[in-house]
Amino acid sequence: MSATRGWTEAEIARRVLADLWEGAYVNLGIGMPLLLNELLTPEMGIILHSENGILGMGPAPPPDRRDDDIVDAGKAHVTLIPGASVFHSADSFAMLRGGHLDVALLGAYQVSMRGDLANWKRPGQRIAGVGGAADISVGARRVWVMMRHLTRDGEPRLVRECTFPLTARGVVRRVYTDMAVVDVTPEGLRLAELAPGYTVADVVAATDAPLAVPESVGG
Amino acid sequence: MIDKTVPSLEAAVQGLDDGMVVMVGGFGDSGTPHELLNAVLERGCRDLTIISNNAGDGDRGIAALILHHRVRKVICSFPTTAHNHAVREAVERGEVELELRPQGTLAECIRAGGAGLGGVLTPTGLDTELAEGKPVYELDGRRYVVERPLRADFALVRGWRADRWGNVVYRYAQQNFNPLMAMAGRCTVVQVDHVHEVGEIDPMHVHTPGIFVDRVVRVEREVRR
Repeated sequence: MSATRGWTEAEIARRVLADLWEGAYVNLGIGMPLLLNELLTPEMGIILHSENGILGMGPAPPPDRRDDDIVDAGKAHVTLIPGASVFHSADSFAMLRGGHLDVALLGAYQVSMRGDLANWKRPGQRIAGVGGAADISVGARRVWVMMRHLTRDGEPRLVRECTFPLTARGVVRRVYTDMAVVDVTPEGLRLAELAPGYTVADVVAATDAPLAVPESVGG
Repeated sequence: MIDKTVPSLEAAVQGLDDGMVVMVGGFGDSGTPHELLNAVLERGCRDLTIISNNAGDGDRGIAALILHHRVRKVICSFPTTAHNHAVREAVERGEVELELRPQGTLAECIRAGGAGLGGVLTPTGLDTELAEGKPVYELDGRRYVVERPLRADFALVRGWRADRWGNVVYRYAQQNFNPLMAMAGRCTVVQVDHVHEVGEIDPMHVHTPGIFVDRVVRVEREVRR
């Protein structure tokens, strides 16, 4: 894959950001979603939730301002923005499970055409941690996934049926990859946007499930 | 005069014995009662069941207890932090049994235990291996996984400030599982940075009311912030 084709991870993050809005309460999963924390500015009015008990999480502090009691879900030091609040884990997961969170941005191993999400464990892996992923994905109003379209071995991650252990069934609404933006609809996968340099045929070939292509995207 | 403070870490874990169920607060290092865990290690108890979000890191905290073969079972949501070889290897050897509960389920089961509820109905984990072997209950047309409440013989909690009645205030994201576990321990022990006289903590600022707390121990800590 040449560098001039498709979106870089930072560009995927910027593409996601374009779909967020002022006042949105958003949870960022570990991995690619954390790139958004570096792009957000206070003027955007997007409020980040961290599962360990923070609403209003800000970017990493300089090393001399680190506080061990202000960390994110990946245990990295972060900051609190003005207007932030802190709370215990039952309240934190009430926000998630109770449908109060507008958007959860998650990484994934696989997403199925029905919106099944696999992002906590590899097949055959004996010891894995699920953390908050299962609660977040069943509870957030919108679950959006950020991932590479293909695995390192060139296997599609958008599939008919997940072969990895599931985190939750039928929850993913939109997927952002280096090749495209794909919506998960009741009828299956639908192409929403192509990344520069890719054709509809490229994306269809890299997707292991039927992909509807609206005329507006080049179908 | 009610005074729940105890003079030492050793006194704080008095009565914590072999085979007991122990809740440990904290998320990573934030809100983790490391000094109380060290006191449990020194006390020498074995066959412990540990309930915590993580399972220690490196050779510290819960990981130290595992490395010293003191742990029989761990109930947690995320045992696989980057440097935690202790729990991974102990589970692979068959020495430690691992029970995984999703983080929000874990929190709510602990709250249910402390609140006297018979269980939790949650959509989390439904029709996945996370709910394997657990009953499913249908109510008003929706299906839920039935999760059992969790209680403990001891809850080891880390707070910031407490008074002699055991009213506790937590610092920033130190709360995490601590206020929930404080409710669910038959003996709840809180390690704090500062102990106050009764009346010095504003009632409006109390996170954990003293009724949930049995012992308070002040730990002088190296300031890392």
